[in-house]
Amino acid sequence: MKKSKIISILIALLCLCSTAWADDTTAAEPVPAQEETSAAGEQTGEIDMNEYIFGHIGDAYEWHITTIKGKPVAIHLPVIVRSKQTGWHVFSSHHIAEGETYEGFRIAQSGEKHEGKIVEVLPDGSLLKPLDISITKNVFSLIITSLLLVWLVLGCSRWYRNHDVLREVPTGIVGLMEMLVMMVYNDIIKDAIGKDADRYAPYLLTAFFFIFINNLMGIIPFFPGGANLTGNIAITLFLAVCTFLAVNIFGNKHYWKEILWPDVPVFLKAFPLMPLIEIIGMFTKPFSLMVRLFANIMAGHIMLLGVVAVIFLTAQMGAMLNGGLTIIAVLFGIFMDILELLVAFLQAYVFTMLSSVFIGLSRQQPEAE
Amino acid sequence: MSLVTPDFGLLFWMTVIFAIVFFLLAKFGFPMITGMVNKRTDYIGKSLADAREAQRQLRDLAGQQEKLIDETRKEQSRILAEAASTRDEIIASAREKAQAETAGMISAARKDIEAEKESALRDVRREVADLSVAIAEKLVRRELSEENKQTELIDALIDEVKSAQ
Repeated sequence: MKKSKIISILIALLCLCSTAWADDTTAAEPVPAQEETSAAGEQTGEIDMNEYIFGHIGDAYEWHITTIKGKPVAIHLPVIVRSKQTGWHVFSSHHIAEGETYEGFRIAQSGEKHEGKIVEVLPDGSLLKPLDISITKNVFSLIITSLLLVWLVLGCSRWYRNHDVLREVPTGIVGLMEMLVMMVYNDIIKDAIGKDADRYAPYLLTAFFFIFINNLMGIIPFFPGGANLTGNIAITLFLAVCTFLAVNIFGNKHYWKEILWPDVPVFLKAFPLMPLIEIIGMFTKPFSLMVRLFANIMAGHIMLLGVVAVIFLTAQMGAMLNGGLTIIAVLFGIFMDILELLVAFLQAYVFTMLSSVFIGLSRQQPEAE
Repeated sequence: MSLVTPDFGLLFWMTVIFAIVFFLLAKFGFPMITGMVNKRTDYIGKSLADAREAQRQLRDLAGQQEKLIDETRKEQSRILAEAASTRDEIIASAREKAQAETAGMISAARKDIEAEKESALRDVRREVADLSVAIAEKLVRRELSEENKQTELIDALIDEVKSAQ
């Protein structure tokens, strides 16, 4: 019995590598649980699916990499908080790792208000959420991917500075970047915006590559990747607001006329039905951008996590069932990973394309009558 | 639910980091790449147009060349024909001239021969006459030594002249 469990754990570990997706905590948590099971007989090592999935796609104050022999290996990230009473506090998340209180701060436990966030414990025992700009897992991942992105693009542009573009054609990574940049530039931006394309191209290209690289990094299961950044509403909200501003700040007279006094029968305008719809549309367009990216990436992460979780959930159900489901989960995990690669590109593409189209509509010239 | 409420800290850092990334990429990154690639695209387009133009010129040139070769060939054949006719003319005239000359020479030779013959005949005749006279003198000198013979001869001569008349 023990041997078969070890085999199933080995297969499970194999999956962790081969599916290229597995939450590190799952690798860590079920193993001791199963050891307990074998030691204590009937005691079951239940996996808290809620915490497993949402702990993964959510944010954290430390970057848990793996657990070796029961000891967590994690990067402790700096906590930066400002209390209304005591001012700024900067300390390592190491101090609050196990629910400890440090300088009057601790992470709110489940069931409390602001669960998972840092709260200030006031003298009277009540909890207050301070101004929290800690470098969390997502922020740290954001820094890494941004550095990567800047390095990639600036490295690419340095190649062009150092080479005679009329005599040489880039190869390797620069060639790949050029292909992507020009695909977005020609197929999306130029087609949608037209003659003003060069004015908006830097923003749209930055958005495309930012989303794309973060999507890809999200698929990588271990350290520099694995954060669920583009599946986080704050990130997509920011990007959607950027597009909203790009559309509405530089919108021309024709665009505003179409919103406030559209070309429809007067009774639709007198009782301002159409303008109302148009104004709502102004906000729903970026809102749909925000939700689309967020939901797609988050759903992909949850699907993959769920597939991998099957292996651990069935670990108690006998070697045969576990083994069979492991194989299915691995195959399905591979399929999901490939699908996520497609989605990573597709969502970046769609976000950029719709942003371009919205901007293009705001720059449209009135049709000659 | 915390999943759909944007976290302020992340939003704050996202704003800061995205602004920096955007600034760097928009200033030093993408315009450089798109500009350079557009430059290359234009260059390639121009090169293609140039190549087409060159090809067209080459085609024109080939046509011109062909025309030139054609003309040259015609000219050549014309010159050849002219040369042939000239040659024929020259040969014909030379032949005529030669014939005329030959004829002249032949006639001159004939005349010369005639004249030579005449003078030769004259010489022969004179010789013969001289000889005859000498013979006759000798004969006459011998004959006339006898009297009757002189009369006989005179008679015979007179007869001869008479019968000749």
